[in-house]
Amino acid sequence: MAQKPAAEAAERAPEFRTLSGRPVKRIYGPEDLAGLDPARDLGDPGEYPYTRGPYDTMYRGRLWTMRQFAGFGTAAETNARFKYLLEQGQTGLSVAFDYPRLLGLDSDHPRAEGEVGKMGVAIDTLDDMQRLFDGIPLDKVSTSMTINSGAIVMLCMYLAVAERQGVTWDKVSGTIQNDILKEYTAQKTYIFPPRPSMRLITDMFAFCSEHAPRWNSVSISGYHIREAGATAGQELAFTLADGFAYVEAGHAAGLPYEAFVPRLSFFFDVHMDFFEEIAKLRAARRIWARRLRERYGIEDERSLRLRFHAQTAGCSLTAQQPMVNIVRTAIEALAGVLGGCQSLHTNSFDEALALPSTEAVRIALRTQQVIAEETGVTNTVDPMAGSYYLEALTADLEREAEAYFDKIEAIGGVIPAIEAGFFQREIADASYQYQQRLQHGELAVVGVNKYTLDQKEPVEILRVDPEVERSQVQRVQAHRAGRDQAATDAALVAVGRAAEGSANLMPPILAALKAGATFGEVCDRMRAVYGEYVEPIIF
Amino acid sequence: MRPIRVLVAKAGLDSHDRGAKVIARALRDAGMEVIYTGLHRTPEHVIQAAIQEDVDVVAISLLSGAHLTVVPKIIAGLRAQDAGDMLVLLGGIVPDEDVGPLRQAGVAAVFGPGTDTAEVVDFIQGHVRTGSPA
Amino acid sequence: MSELAERLLAGDRRALARAITVVETGGAERADLLRRLHGHGGQAHVVGITGAPGAGKSTLVAALAGALRDAGERVGILAVDPSSPFSGGALLGDRVRMGTGEGLFIRSLASRGHAGGLSRATADAVRLLDAAGFSVIVLETVGAGQGEVEIMRLAHTTVVVTVPGLGDDVQAFKAGIMEIGDIFVVNKSDLPGANITARDLTTMLMLAPPRPWSPPVIQTSALKGEGLAQLVKAIGDHARWLREAGRWAGRAAELAQRRFEEAFAEMGLRRLRAAAEASGAWQAAMAAVARGELDPDAAAEQALGSVSGAWTSV
Repeated sequence: MAQKPAAEAAERAPEFRTLSGRPVKRIYGPEDLAGLDPARDLGDPGEYPYTRGPYDTMYRGRLWTMRQFAGFGTAAETNARFKYLLEQGQTGLSVAFDYPRLLGLDSDHPRAEGEVGKMGVAIDTLDDMQRLFDGIPLDKVSTSMTINSGAIVMLCMYLAVAERQGVTWDKVSGTIQNDILKEYTAQKTYIFPPRPSMRLITDMFAFCSEHAPRWNSVSISGYHIREAGATAGQELAFTLADGFAYVEAGHAAGLPYEAFVPRLSFFFDVHMDFFEEIAKLRAARRIWARRLRERYGIEDERSLRLRFHAQTAGCSLTAQQPMVNIVRTAIEALAGVLGGCQSLHTNSFDEALALPSTEAVRIALRTQQVIAEETGVTNTVDPMAGSYYLEALTADLEREAEAYFDKIEAIGGVIPAIEAGFFQREIADASYQYQQRLQHGELAVVGVNKYTLDQKEPVEILRVDPEVERSQVQRVQAHRAGRDQAATDAALVAVGRAAEGSANLMPPILAALKAGATFGEVCDRMRAVYGEYVEPIIF
Repeated sequence: MRPIRVLVAKAGLDSHDRGAKVIARALRDAGMEVIYTGLHRTPEHVIQAAIQEDVDVVAISLLSGAHLTVVPKIIAGLRAQDAGDMLVLLGGIVPDEDVGPLRQAGVAAVFGPGTDTAEVVDFIQGHVRTGSPA
Repeated sequence: MSELAERLLAGDRRALARAITVVETGGAERADLLRRLHGHGGQAHVVGITGAPGAGKSTLVAALAGALRDAGERVGILAVDPSSPFSGGALLGDRVRMGTGEGLFIRSLASRGHAGGLSRATADAVRLLDAAGFSVIVLETVGAGQGEVEIMRLAHTTVVVTVPGLGDDVQAFKAGIMEIGDIFVVNKSDLPGANITARDLTTMLMLAPPRPWSPPVIQTSALKGEGLAQLVKAIGDHARWLREAGRWAGRAAELAQRRFEEAFAEMGLRRLRAAAEASGAWQAAMAAVARGELDPDAAAEQALGSVSGAWTSV
């Protein structure tokens, strides 16, 4: 490292660090690029190792998909929000499900009381799912569905609705999150233990590669890992490690790599540290391509190019002076775009307070539209490349990730590391340190520990009518009363049998849903076979 | 003097345990005995844990929006079992207009996003007297 | 205090929980409460569960509690954490795996800085659960060490838990732990290496000096509920053996005597000190020690000598 030139003036702090605690030098220069071989380490956009982007023309060819996560209340209410967003220029759908769904429960389950339709849409039956996409042709939009432990059931519902619309499965496109590994480490909406959960995922890989080739069967998510308190480096490392675990699981289940690896996509958080975030996204593409080629011998380009959805950091939003969140989100979104995202969700300014209101969602979407249409950052591909600081950060993040891969391997892989609480402990420690830095004033959050106001800004928030729960409970109970019970029971028995055996679970689940089984009932059948996961507690 | 005992309870179906764990650690570092319930606990589970552990404070973390359903149930259950004197705190995303009804139901304080952990520690130390327990 | 004791005996859970706080806190209220409960209980089977961290103890205890309740037992669980953090605080997460319901009571006990205090508080809490009518009391401790062995001495039956793959697991057993085990469990029996661990344990027990009770080795999978029936049976067998061999009553007598010794030492110390303070001998000796005029042992002799005879009346 070059000798630091003496500063002419004193600096504001003894040391400067990124949001994730990485030390930052006063200046970066050519010596920081000493180890960088542009041909080997960057390549052109659309070329190995894809550091500069998965496609050659990037946003000159096609803008990213503007995809706002939405869902609350009943299927009909969310359907109206979807239509509003499409009218406002949104280009893809993204479904948020409520907590009972994320945990595999029907609306009338005692544990669902007070939770129905609150943080997402309530879907009990195939009829609900049909209402959710009423008037939205499933061959014309791509849909992202955020659900994991019960993903297999929800994907079957989606495919069944496509069928009812007369859309063949080869025409449906979209993504189901289905990333169960990060549920155990960060998001914690798990139902079954890790090993049977992995089997559900490989069943979906196999089914989709044969019947729904345009469907991304997993969205490997760093977002929740980051939101749980991880650093940028941990988010990068743990997410990619999960990705490699899916590659290995699919392969172990007998699928050829080219049948499913091209359908793996990623989902990253974009936090406030502008350069560190861009570096993280560029590093992710490089690591993925390199390891797939070097460790697994994968040469297929569609597999090697990492594609990802980005979301601005929910945990960076503040309840204090919420309008300031618009600014934060804009900066984070810009980092996501400069990092080369394929789709983007921008948070609404009121999300630290409640569900986003229509106005807040519109501003969030407009933020993306301003970046896309007014700033000019989309005119050239990867304009940040070659920056001394950025390339040094990118290489540093790659090294940090590699070190984590070694540690995970030493424990025996991702699942043993989950069972040993490795990720949970790393994240808990990082989260606690972050809180400490915040409270000691080392990190500034405008409006929270600096520039505070005594008065609260009034914000109008969206509330879900308690009537939603009552009507949803009535609807699912009426549905059960009106169906062919014998046929439903028989179909559910078949689901249980498939879960015990090794045949693909998708066909019997599809059959059960069509016979009238509810979402929760199908999950219950699998619960009876696989049991429920209880996590090791790590503080 | 015996340490203050706190039950940190994740009620409701949401799975955000980041705040609950940070608070648990901060209370521990302030010398308190912290019992953590784990995720997705029903009101009945929380009430039973609070009673059996004979805690001074029940700190509920809930971000699912079900606070108006879940929290009053917990408080009613505590009162029914002669434990109405336990200090009940709520942490999470709670709209301003819900704070009044929650206070009325018996919640001593509501802590929103961005709360300094020291503020929670101070509040507990200022409101719990641990002398003779009986 | 009499009301608390009555409510506890009547089965009031709130009173039981309060009573545990009283004995944890110590002092005159504790003594009074325990005196009032004298003669109640004595029927509970105290089962200690110990083993290295990561052995799946809490999962096993939760599963065992379920199995015991299905068998009609009323189960009290004391989750004892002998780790002593610097701040005096503690994080107790052992409730996480436990269910709820009638016939189940779980309490977490932390060390509060002094290991000896923990084993006394645990002994007291066992007495309270016993008096409150729990038929099986499970003591679960985390980690290993002297404090743990101390606590396990409160149990009629000690279950030592291990899992395959904890390294050279069997060798790693602390000598003291190996000797106190009445039943050995190889948990997570679905993991590779479970049979080998069980076989190694059996061999090691065969090589150990002969004991009147030969400890069985049981394989369980707490997650899948396998092996629990055998474990419940082994616990029952051990209790029967203790009774038939006359050891059950002997143990109760031994525990009572230990409590007497502790009480005697504590009360004696308190009274002696009060007497020395009243006569001024305490203060004089402290000052002399501080000035370096007297060796501390000699000062103690002197102070005790000055109150000889007088203190019994305090």
